[in-house]
Amino acid sequence: MDTQLTLDQIAPGARAEIIAVAWDALAPEEAKRLRALGLDEGARVAVAHRGIFFGSDPMAITLGRTTIAIRRAHARAMQVKHP
Amino acid sequence: MSRVPVIALVGNPNAGKSALFNALTGARQKIANYPGVTVERKAGRAALPSGQPIELVDLPGSYSLDAASPDEEVTSQVVMGRFRGEAMPEVLVVVVDAANLEQHLVFAQELIALGRPVVVALNMVDLAERDGLVLDPAALSAALGVPVVPTVAVRKRGLDALLEEIEKAPQQDRALRHEVAELSLPERRLNAHNMATGAILSETAAHRWHSRLDKVLLNPWAGPVILLGLLFVMFQAVFAWADPFIALIEGMIETMIGFVEATLPAGILQDFLTQGVLSGVGSVIVFLPQIIILFAFILAMEQSGYMARAAFLMDRLMAYVGLSGRSFIPLLSSFACAIPGIMATRAIADPKDRLTTILIAPLMTCSARLPVYAVIIGAFIPARTVGPGIGLQGLVLFGLYLFGIVGAMLVALVLRRTVTKGAASGFIMEMPRYQVPPLRDLLIGLWQRAFIFLRRAGTIIFMATVILWVLLSFPKADPGESQVEASIAGHIADGLNVVMEPIGFNHEISLALIPAMAAREVAVSALATTYAIDGDEDAQAAGLTERLAADWSLPTALAFLAWFVFAPQCLSTIAVARRETNGWKWPVVMLAYLFGLAYVFAGITYWGALALGL
Repeated sequence: MDTQLTLDQIAPGARAEIIAVAWDALAPEEAKRLRALGLDEGARVAVAHRGIFFGSDPMAITLGRTTIAIRRAHARAMQVKHP
Repeated sequence: MSRVPVIALVGNPNAGKSALFNALTGARQKIANYPGVTVERKAGRAALPSGQPIELVDLPGSYSLDAASPDEEVTSQVVMGRFRGEAMPEVLVVVVDAANLEQHLVFAQELIALGRPVVVALNMVDLAERDGLVLDPAALSAALGVPVVPTVAVRKRGLDALLEEIEKAPQQDRALRHEVAELSLPERRLNAHNMATGAILSETAAHRWHSRLDKVLLNPWAGPVILLGLLFVMFQAVFAWADPFIALIEGMIETMIGFVEATLPAGILQDFLTQGVLSGVGSVIVFLPQIIILFAFILAMEQSGYMARAAFLMDRLMAYVGLSGRSFIPLLSSFACAIPGIMATRAIADPKDRLTTILIAPLMTCSARLPVYAVIIGAFIPARTVGPGIGLQGLVLFGLYLFGIVGAMLVALVLRRTVTKGAASGFIMEMPRYQVPPLRDLLIGLWQRAFIFLRRAGTIIFMATVILWVLLSFPKADPGESQVEASIAGHIADGLNVVMEPIGFNHEISLALIPAMAAREVAVSALATTYAIDGDEDAQAAGLTERLAADWSLPTALAFLAWFVFAPQCLSTIAVARRETNGWKWPVVMLAYLFGLAYVFAGITYWGALALGL
């Protein structure tokens, strides 16, 4: 299953749909926060920005009219497909 | 009803709750802490159309009643009437951002399901319209089964209608509500999506200027440069813009001293008023303009939505020392004052992350250090430019801030590997939309900060100054002997001086450090009082700056600056840290490591400067 596409592999400017989230891989409080913000299965997102200088962490994800900053580690737990 | 009913404003972060609260209550606000926790409790008075006074409470922004942070815990408990000592709100005013209904209606549904009287404030409708979104409040009201009032807090639009609905809310017909308590989160989210879509009358291609601004401000290269530039301008402004106002205040104090000297007969009372009260307290009040400028920048960054971008840009850097961008906001607030900074750490969910941030917050150069730095820089650093628009004094000040920041980062690195070891935390944060900071909210914020500063000057700093004056003035010196040396305070300082002399501190500094435990800026008033008492007529006429320049060597002055970068000389900060960490263990750790660093770095600075022949 290591060929699965996860959100951290999406390039800035590209869109994706979250199809599964490995909630167990995240701290419970963080999982709660991500769900409350709407980063959950079925969400259609776009990667707006990534990191500073040469880094690619953190990421800014747009979801509807909101922009949410997350770490790459969170994005890695989110399995996505191209919409 | 004899008791004033409590009306709670509740909603998601960035729903414009505080702006609405400011619009409804004006400057008549009371800011305190919830008992037992240090979440800020903002309350204010307003009146319903019938004239009935109400108490409005602005609850911390929340995503859900299922709390994920201490802040959200307070909101959840208060809303459900479970918070001890806090009356259950009579009416919940649910504030939602008109342009972000899909997200905000999720929490709104949860609140409506509680079955309490509810009014929804459809806030920031003007910004939604600017973004090409026209909404139908009636459709939303029908879908939710509760009254929906469109508001524009900034322009005070819709406030009367909102107050009318609050008045009618206790008689609401709950049968209209379709919401059932047992919906799951995905079900609520689907509902929110449908309701949001149903409430949109027209949606033209949205203004893309938010994302255009983000393209520049969050650009991987330009973003950090802009942030650094902004911070640099902020610190330059603190020095450059404040000068005329400082001169004005200084002039007023001198006039008052002159008036007292002309009116009262020479003697103890005149000395007390001129040397003690006016010289002492006056030397601190002089820094009000600089503190206001600093807070104006910080408040504008917060209210414009830029602060969250700054947190984003800083996250990577903070991650190196085991923190996250979340910590950047409390730390930047700590530049104004460590107390609100430490309190703002409540938004950090991870306990170890939070503890680390609390422990390093005092290393951020707070506004109370500004008087100390300003006086020393003014006395020892020439006011010349070292480049276009770059003053040497501002540059040194910037360096001192940088010194504190680097120190804080190194301390965080060590702490995260030792006492606060644990899994590195994440960074999850909603980025609010950009907004021109509403002038009224900015002014109310500034007024509150200025008031807190003046109250400190009038109470704790006044007391410390007066006590010091008494200790310095008695017993009276014999003719030919120095008054300061002969006084009680002089003898106390003699003892302390044994420890402080090796790092280049003189007798006056040792003396000033004692009352400065109460608050850092007291060091300035203490020095002013000391020199005022000891000086002859000519010396008294010269200001504190001139006296210091004449009396201190440069290495001593630099060592004094280095000391204040680290020294935890603020009782209030220690008290807040104790309350926040529930015990004395961490405040003691904080005191010990900060005094240790202060001593070591002041020593290194002094001997280093001597070796360089400064």
